[in-house]
Amino acid sequence: MSRIVQATSAGLYCEAGGFYIDPWRPVAHALITHAHSDHARPGHGAYLTAEPGLPLVRERVGAPVEGLPYGERRRIGAAVVSFHPAAHMRGAAQARIEVGGRVAVVTGDFKRDDDPTADAFEPVPCHELIMESTFALPLYRWPDASEIVREIHDWWRENQEAGRTSVLLAYAVGKAQRLLALLNPEQGPILYHGAMERFVELYRAADVSLPAARKATADDAKTLRGRALLLAPPSAHHSPWLRKWGACSVGFASGWMRVRGARRRRGADRGFVISDHADWPALLQTIEESGAEWVGLTHGYGEALARYLRELGREADVVRTAFIGEAGAESDAPPARESAD
Amino acid sequence: MDLFVQLYRRLDQHTRTNDKVAALEDYFRVAPREDAAWALFHLVGRRLPRAVSPAELRAWAGAASGLAPWLVEECYAAAGDLAETLALLVPPAATPRAWPLSALIEHRIRPLRELSHEERRARIEQSWHELDGDARFLYHKMLTGGFRVGISRALVERALSRVSGVPAAELARRLMGDWPPDASFFERLLSTEERGTPNLQPYPFYLAYPLEQAVSSLGDPGDWQAEWKWDGIRAQALRRAASIAIWTRGEELVTERYPEIERALAALPEGTALDGELLAWREDRPLPFGAMQRRIGRLRVSSDELREAPVIFMAYDLLEFNGVDIRAQPLSERRARLEAVLQRAPEELKVSPTLAFPDWPALAALRAESRARRVEGIMLKRRDSPYGVGRERGAWWKWKVDPYTVDAVLMYAQAGHGRRAGLHTDYTLGVWNGETLVPVAKAYSGLTDRELEEVDRWIRRHTIEKHGPVRVVVPELVFEIAFEGLQPSPRHKSGIALRFPRVHRWRRDKMPADADRLEQLVALMNAAQT
Ligand SMILES: [Zn+2]
Ligand SMILES: [Zn+2]
Repeated sequence: MSRIVQATSAGLYCEAGGFYIDPWRPVAHALITHAHSDHARPGHGAYLTAEPGLPLVRERVGAPVEGLPYGERRRIGAAVVSFHPAAHMRGAAQARIEVGGRVAVVTGDFKRDDDPTADAFEPVPCHELIMESTFALPLYRWPDASEIVREIHDWWRENQEAGRTSVLLAYAVGKAQRLLALLNPEQGPILYHGAMERFVELYRAADVSLPAARKATADDAKTLRGRALLLAPPSAHHSPWLRKWGACSVGFASGWMRVRGARRRRGADRGFVISDHADWPALLQTIEESGAEWVGLTHGYGEALARYLRELGREADVVRTAFIGEAGAESDAPPARESAD
Repeated sequence: MDLFVQLYRRLDQHTRTNDKVAALEDYFRVAPREDAAWALFHLVGRRLPRAVSPAELRAWAGAASGLAPWLVEECYAAAGDLAETLALLVPPAATPRAWPLSALIEHRIRPLRELSHEERRARIEQSWHELDGDARFLYHKMLTGGFRVGISRALVERALSRVSGVPAAELARRLMGDWPPDASFFERLLSTEERGTPNLQPYPFYLAYPLEQAVSSLGDPGDWQAEWKWDGIRAQALRRAASIAIWTRGEELVTERYPEIERALAALPEGTALDGELLAWREDRPLPFGAMQRRIGRLRVSSDELREAPVIFMAYDLLEFNGVDIRAQPLSERRARLEAVLQRAPEELKVSPTLAFPDWPALAALRAESRARRVEGIMLKRRDSPYGVGRERGAWWKWKVDPYTVDAVLMYAQAGHGRRAGLHTDYTLGVWNGETLVPVAKAYSGLTDRELEEVDRWIRRHTIEKHGPVRVVVPELVFEIAFEGLQPSPRHKSGIALRFPRVHRWRRDKMPADADRLEQLVALMNAAQT
């Protein structure tokens, strides 16, 4: 029996519907789970994504995109498709694909933790589950996000007392906006790097509630240093831009920070374990709740999770894709043009 | 543990030296003496005898977390640190308990060695119920005897000096050798009263910097004393009232391993401290380093070993004379006394000869003879220099002979540890033997971070096979490896063991076919053994 969704050289393909999910080579019809660059690529003929993610995906691919509200069903060829919240970032969706009474779910990237900028994850029962496995090792268990947010504020305060600028490195799309929504502007000025500006504007335009914060300017570097919290993409670390800010403490917000070696390699002073991906318990919970007969794994430590599941008597395989996962570690996949998350 | 955990976090989180010293100062000001003594013990790199093997800890932690051994290994490979991996895998503590550091060591670590296997396991499982997070991680580090925070001893001494007012050099001296990590030692350490040198205690070693600039930049050759740089074990030999001690630079007491030196030292006047090198020696030159290696690990030496690898002490400095610390005197004076003290000493105690050189080119010519003489190069010491503490720039230089190099092909790669966790930085490299590559060196990379990441990405995309953590890669990348020597080794497939191999640079300009051949290494080895 062939599966509803197959891995091909262009991407994950649904033959019954004649469409691809997050393809990495140009195709006629693409379903897009979310606006990260390794999932939403330019050059396809037609795009369909979950309604709340529409402006973000459109910004990414530079072409017209059609939106489908969460939960609404759409027939495409012999398949019925719907999107369900994946909570990875704003508009992130799992794609549910039903063909002749059987259901496949492609999770895209997802998390089970709360995120004020995204709809909560919805468990979707299915027969075939194609799931991301970026952090699929039992090492990776996320502390409560509210605990980490408190740590970030404590660190910020400590830096303010020592006259250091707090530089919080985070991915420019999704993670940066989530952090922004969690920061308390009463503690001091919050600024962000220019690379984050466009998506902050798009989030605001979509009525996501974000605190007072603006793009950092050269003047700010003189007047607000030592007090401000500065959100910046990881590529800004060690850049001339950052040097203008005087004494800094550099924090990095990522699931990889669970492990000390990863933080030390990045040269960050502090690591904050906050991720937009599922941790080990959340991955297992999601498989359990799906009731799937077969699990296909993409990203990261998929081989380990597949073996673990097989030892429990489940059918599981690694599905080769060109997705990157939460940058900071490399996956075994072929390189993408730009790293995401 | 709370204070110690806090200290550890501050040391780990701050990259600037001043912040680290401040963290140490804050800790030593408030920590109870008995805890501070144990913290100091670990900070200066001393270790408890291993109470449990990493294999046992792995197995028990795997069982406690309900994970198969292979999955524990996967996690270890990703995290790059066993103590940390296991601390993260074991379920959270059920009944957390705030152990003071000294109490934890007395009750949860030191007794373990006396216990049976099963009792040991039960005691450690009990500790897992009591300790969480970083406290658990540090507990594992102390258990397996591998505690390192990556701060230099000099910083610890600086912080203690600020806390106590005792000069850092004096603290360095008091911290040499063996001391009990307890409250009364800690109090004596920080006391401003003068104390003589206890009977067996060595002095801090003075270390040279590698000479990287042109030798002529050192100025007038007449200001400098030159000696061979001996390739043995740096050591201090003490002859004090009714006691004799030989200490290595690692502060290991090795007196009994070198009975011939111990006997010879007995002939010296009481109150003598020599700095020098233990060397395997025959007639008038060193034996190949392999001979010394046979002696290093031996606690009891057989008469065969004494005959085949006889050891001498090559003295190059005198630190104590007639029971008086003379380290502040200029080298020229210490040297004259050294020669006088050893004039009629047994032949196992030799004085490292000084090299006569009218000008720098003449010294460079001598240095070129280093390999033929089985020495590592030349030492340069200012004639007016006192004997200092630790590594300083300016007065003492080591001018080593250039290493051997060979171009080899990357065959296998493995993820590194610590800050290189998850990054493939441990390379196995091979040279050509006919049409096939034969591995000749396992080298940790000396590449830049940027290159390391680039090679890591390359490795992931060019993996042919995976055997556990080891990746077999397409034989395509060529690296220049540097090494200090080579000797025959039946344990290696190539028949050769390289000494201190490290990756020197990435030869992007070379194709795999351009790499060196095994015959070339064999020829080098034969030349070195004669
Ligand atoms: Zn992804
Ligand atoms: Zn993503």
